Amino acid sequence: MFEFNEDHIKRYSRHILLPEVGRVGQKKINNAKVLLVGAGGIGAPVAYYLAAAGVGTIGIIDADVVELSNLQRQIIHSMDDLGKHKAISAKETIEKLNTDVTVITHLVRASSSNIMDIIANYDIVVDGSDNFPTRYLINDACVLSNKPLSSGAVFRFNGQVITVIPNEGPCYRCLYREPPPPDMTASCQEAGVLGVLPGTIGLLQATEVLKLIIGHGDPLCGQMLNYEALEMDFRKIKVKRNPNCPVCGDNPTITELIDYEEFCRVNF
Amino acid sequence: MAIKVRIPTPMRSFTGGAAEVHIEAATIRELIDKLEGKYPGMKERICDSDGSVRLYVNIYLNDEDIRAMDDIDTPVKGGDSIHIIPAIAGG
Repeated sequence: MFEFNEDHIKRYSRHILLPEVGRVGQKKINNAKVLLVGAGGIGAPVAYYLAAAGVGTIGIIDADVVELSNLQRQIIHSMDDLGKHKAISAKETIEKLNTDVTVITHLVRASSSNIMDIIANYDIVVDGSDNFPTRYLINDACVLSNKPLSSGAVFRFNGQVITVIPNEGPCYRCLYREPPPPDMTASCQEAGVLGVLPGTIGLLQATEVLKLIIGHGDPLCGQMLNYEALEMDFRKIKVKRNPNCPVCGDNPTITELIDYEEFCRVNF
Repeated sequence: MAIKVRIPTPMRSFTGGAAEVHIEAATIRELIDKLEGKYPGMKERICDSDGSVRLYVNIYLNDEDIRAMDDIDTPVKGGDSIHIIPAIAGG
């Protein structure tokens, strides 16, 4: 268990001052274990802010390396990190910011064969991945392991956030029952993204994570926040649990992980 | 009175970049057909070949999912606000 010393009290004083956080909440933050799927546009700000907040253990799954085109938005990496694994680069940046944080790097692509074992070590999962197969994989893995999930996505000027609390509210599959066909799926690489957009979305997700840890506020459970940056329009949309959802419905057909690459292909 | 329809970023190429268009219709089905009439190609982005709304596209009437109402036959009236929101996956 985490014990405060004088430096901790100084470092986290602005949290401790908040009645909703206080010493008790800050200790919960320092003891929390959060898994980030992706250390890219969304994962970078989530990792940085959660590290600043003192989240005790941050796991990062990412098999990619830092490229120059990432630096327009992935603020946890810098010029010196080009060619380095993103998870390792993020770990090094975090260690300069806050030595209270333990960063665990998972230099793999999340898959049906590894994700359940990885997730088992964490309390909360943050999805900032860049493709549909991973999004459905992470959703299903979180529902099956009963772990809260903050799922966020960006595209050009549009961002979306939903918090999945298994057995309490709808899951990502209840929101979007099927992924688009691969030929209609454009990535940031192909379609572009406003650099600050994943920052906005990531920080909304980091906010959700901290709320879940301290146990205060109303998470985006049963709601999806849709953000249109060009109009500066934030809109919360109601999402209902789908009783026929294959993973969280009344008679689930997905009781163990499937092949998600295949799932995202065969629907079309 | 027309219905306000918010166009998602990926479909704005059909509306000449417009984020919002105004349509008069009595149901979502009619609204989609009128969108197609004005902006050819949009219906295919929203609906399957059988005319049902694609499962990775959600349509919200005043922030409520039409699937929780009468789906594509949900009635609409002047002053209503429609949001078309497709799934996105960038990170």
